[in-house]
Amino acid sequence: MSKESFKVKVGLAEMLKGGVIMDVTNLEQAKIAEDAGAVSVMALERIPSDIRKDGGVARMSNPHMIKEIQDNVSIPVMAKCRIGHFAEAQILEALEVDFIDESEVLTTADEHAHVDKHPFKVPFVCGARDLGEALRRINEGAALIRTKGEAGSGNIVEAVRHMKMITSQIIDLQDADLSKKAEEFRVPLDLVEEVAKNQKLTVPNFAAGGIATPADASLMMQLGAETVFVGSGIFKSQDPSERAHAIVKAVTHFKSAKDVLTASYDLKDAMKGILMSDIPEDEKFSNRGD
Amino acid sequence: MIGVLALQGNFDSHIKILKKINLKHKLVKTSDDLSSVDGLIIPGGESTTITNLLRKNQSLMDGINKLSKKKPILGSCAGLILMSKESNDSRVHNFAFLDVITSRNAYGRQVHSFEAKINVTDGSISSDIDVLFIRAPKIDKINNDVEVLATFQEEVVAVKQGIHIGISCHPELLNETLIHEICFKGKYEISR
Repeated sequence: MSKESFKVKVGLAEMLKGGVIMDVTNLEQAKIAEDAGAVSVMALERIPSDIRKDGGVARMSNPHMIKEIQDNVSIPVMAKCRIGHFAEAQILEALEVDFIDESEVLTTADEHAHVDKHPFKVPFVCGARDLGEALRRINEGAALIRTKGEAGSGNIVEAVRHMKMITSQIIDLQDADLSKKAEEFRVPLDLVEEVAKNQKLTVPNFAAGGIATPADASLMMQLGAETVFVGSGIFKSQDPSERAHAIVKAVTHFKSAKDVLTASYDLKDAMKGILMSDIPEDEKFSNRGD
Repeated sequence: MIGVLALQGNFDSHIKILKKINLKHKLVKTSDDLSSVDGLIIPGGESTTITNLLRKNQSLMDGINKLSKKKPILGSCAGLILMSKESNDSRVHNFAFLDVITSRNAYGRQVHSFEAKINVTDGSISSDIDVLFIRAPKIDKINNDVEVLATFQEEVVAVKQGIHIGISCHPELLNETLIHEICFKGKYEISR
């Protein structure tokens, strides 16, 4: 795939900056999200907190459900495929979703390889916990990186950890032996050199995994996220529409505490969160894929 | 000093272009931010999202309307839709700075986004520039007093009316500065 077509993929990620991407499980939710000012919706059958609760194998969503949402909203529609499941990705591309999330929230399909994303025309977003993981995904062709956080937990701690990790590892590149780093990260040297020079990933860097309140959104934006994904946080709360509006406002005005305060007024209870210590290691979504 | 509307969208890449042509910039999120700007960019992004945030801030809407009487405004993609007189979606605000009718996502979903060269013509300038069309709108109808600024395969992709410019694609994502120079520096200052 040529450099030019990669720019077309990153171009859409650029358009999504300063916004909120919301998980939705049906058309009604998608419309609520769009009306509240979401820049995009992620169509999936079960939101992460329910996947966690239900157990079993989580796969790509039913194409019919994705199609219904595509046909009825005007904003970009994303959908998830399993890590390494390139056939699911091919189906999503044939369906013309606007972005594919190769997601740790679904059950891993290939424990040794992610999807080779270069041959696809549809851009991919992938999760990362640290710089090495982010660069491996970019090297495979991801046009957008998001923190993994811990999806469906309603707990921001992992997203904060991942965002700060990536930021500090980029700063550390300034006085590092870059060939050693490239070897450690298992990516080409020129990619590491470009990140070291620009002090920025080569694709946009968004936050995901555990965002539940306007304050969480503002926190992630202040830590350097360029947009936030909100999964279970909106439709597991008691006031999805109000909360969706509030988080959109908090992302735009994240630097103004007064505006985030106004956005936080009058909201009902947020989703109930889970402590990381209450999730067994082998049940953490963020441990899937490397 | 050029303001860049930063409610949502690709304001970053427009700032990069302003820096490249040595113009100062300022992020605009409230009406106060509009004071002291000599022009405004309405970037690409989602026009429904930007509309939503604008409608929650009447003083910002009023400020932009007032600014348009005296200072140039450049809109790209979603920005063009917002600046047009009419678009095919009643949920989107139309400032009507450009007497054109636009339609959203007219080329289809992201798999139909593409890179292209467009031909820009303004006075003595005639130049091909590289752009990206990202889920781009189309300009369906141009009314009186609107000049064609750029075409792609015989379709109009950029227009100029008085001091304002609207473009359906993204020169700023490929580091092209010409449209910004025409809008904010005046064509006579451009050395090409």
